[in-house]
Amino acid sequence: MSGDDAVLELAGVSGGYGRRDVVHDVDLRVRAGERLAIVGPNGAGKSTLLRLVTGLLAPTAGEIRVGGTRLASLSRDAIARRIAVVPQLASLPFSARVEEVVALGRLPYEDPLRGPGPADRAIVSAAIDRVGLGRLIGRDARELSLGERQLVLLAVAVAQAAAIVILDEPTVHLDIRHQVEVMDLLADLNERDGRTIIAVLHDLHLAARTLPRIVVLDGGRVVADGPPAEALDADRIRDVFGVDPAVMPEGPWSHAPGAAGAQSPDITSTTGAAR
Amino acid sequence: MATRRDAMAVQAVIGLPLPRRRPTVVAVAGIVGLVVALLAGVGLGSVAVAPGDTIGILAHRLLGLNLAQTWTPQAETIVWDLRLPRVLEAMVVGAGLAVAGTTFQGLLRNPLADPYVLGTASGAALGAAIAVLIPIRIVFLEFGLLQGLAFVGALGSVTVVYRLARVGGGTQMTSLLLTGYAFGSLLAAGLAMAMYLSGAALRQIFAYLLGSFESASWANLGGLLPIVLIASLLVLARARSLNGLLLGEDAAAHLGIDVRRERAILLALASLITAACVAVSGLIGFIGLVIPHVVRLVVGPNARFVLPLSALIGAGLLAVADIFARSVGEIPVGVVTAAIGAPFFLFLLRRTQRGYEL
Repeated sequence: MSGDDAVLELAGVSGGYGRRDVVHDVDLRVRAGERLAIVGPNGAGKSTLLRLVTGLLAPTAGEIRVGGTRLASLSRDAIARRIAVVPQLASLPFSARVEEVVALGRLPYEDPLRGPGPADRAIVSAAIDRVGLGRLIGRDARELSLGERQLVLLAVAVAQAAAIVILDEPTVHLDIRHQVEVMDLLADLNERDGRTIIAVLHDLHLAARTLPRIVVLDGGRVVADGPPAEALDADRIRDVFGVDPAVMPEGPWSHAPGAAGAQSPDITSTTGAAR
Repeated sequence: MATRRDAMAVQAVIGLPLPRRRPTVVAVAGIVGLVVALLAGVGLGSVAVAPGDTIGILAHRLLGLNLAQTWTPQAETIVWDLRLPRVLEAMVVGAGLAVAGTTFQGLLRNPLADPYVLGTASGAALGAAIAVLIPIRIVFLEFGLLQGLAFVGALGSVTVVYRLARVGGGTQMTSLLLTGYAFGSLLAAGLAMAMYLSGAALRQIFAYLLGSFESASWANLGGLLPIVLIASLLVLARARSLNGLLLGEDAAAHLGIDVRRERAILLALASLITAACVAVSGLIGFIGLVIPHVVRLVVGPNARFVLPLSALIGAGLLAVADIFARSVGEIPVGVVTAAIGAPFFLFLLRRTQRGYEL
């Protein structure tokens, strides 16, 4: 294996809360410019893995390297300049304009006393244009639709200018059109800007259709890692998610009604019954 | 039914931009207001001093200018020894409460937070009540005791709340808020007991609870100003952390903020400011709650602007409230701020009737 082009590297990483490990002995190498999904049933350790990778949680064993540097040796600012995280949803305690929210993406670079400069403002407007939010400048971010808010959070990550962008369920609140829009945008950020994209996804169908590499997590361990056809074969879906892939409804997207259709009709919707 | 709510919904659909003014414009307006409040506060009263004389006395005492003395020595005593320290103390307390309020609202990510939310108010009140009940009856020493115990009470209660809220290593903001409420209630019970037992001293305790600048002096100001000024500047230097917390604690960490450390430092600074303010003036409400919201409506949520502008507006407003309190026969200034602040806060609530989700 070539060692140099790994932008993120986990070696034997375990971690969790209190004395209980949730993630066990995870090995994972992500090369610069890769685009991958981390999938797994509820409680598989996806969120814990995300917290470990972003340094919010210290591993109990193993080592994490970002761009060749040990994560544990980096300050919070330094991590934030390398890894941007798009949360599922954020809440704002006060009303704020779209551009005021996106400007927060420059905080990792901000001098505490001097504040942001003209270069930062230019990067913020470029980020707003990049995700296509130009028409919403000046609007209260709390008044936007869920899809628009997701794009605002994505623009924050773009302004953050980090090599790695990690997304926590970026499409969970979105209808099918916005799901496609967000995934297209991620592909574009990946292909044009060379950003490494790691998306934690619930929706296997969406993951398989839009991302070339799938990492399957189960019981806190990586149980598969590869292209969708390989990582998500029928046996593994049966083992990991406890459903028979045959129950997957084929095709008719129009079947998804209104708000409930925010989640596309995929096999995960039957997990509860089958498990 | 064409209600106001419908009108608001229509507005949301059309998507009107949030109004904004340039921070420099607000700063200039605030400074002008502050100077006017200073001259009014020093000139107005039972003995009126002409604005020209007021400026002359200030120039004479502050800058050592040798002007033609158009004023009487009594006027100079009234201006310099009585009214000026009082106006300045009101301004410093107003600025301090506004900065502390901005900080607590940002830290707790709660628009309803104010400087007293973590038990500072009840701690200070209990301290003051105990000072009143302790049978030392030397008047000027008693003042010192009251202020000292109020200061200690305020800081002590925040410390206890912070420690109690630390469950399992981390401190969640909601747990801090709830612990503050619970511990505050406990202290309030102690205060009620002290008031019940106080007999003739009840009026003195009550006066403290309502807030006043009657006892303002240069000595008080000398203790208050350095604490409020230095702590406020240190808070301002951490505006970046408050901005990061806008999107939540995890998001702040992902944006490069060491949340645990910054929270502890900001909490300590804001509590110190609050304690210094309540020690000299008693409990003055609504300044720390309302002013930051007003400023945010005008310039946006960036703490780099909200902190200094809130300080400016808070200083001016509390000075004016105190002039009013004084001119209608020494009513407690806390009554005035509540009378202005509560309706205004209701107005703000109606204007921003939506959820806090992004």
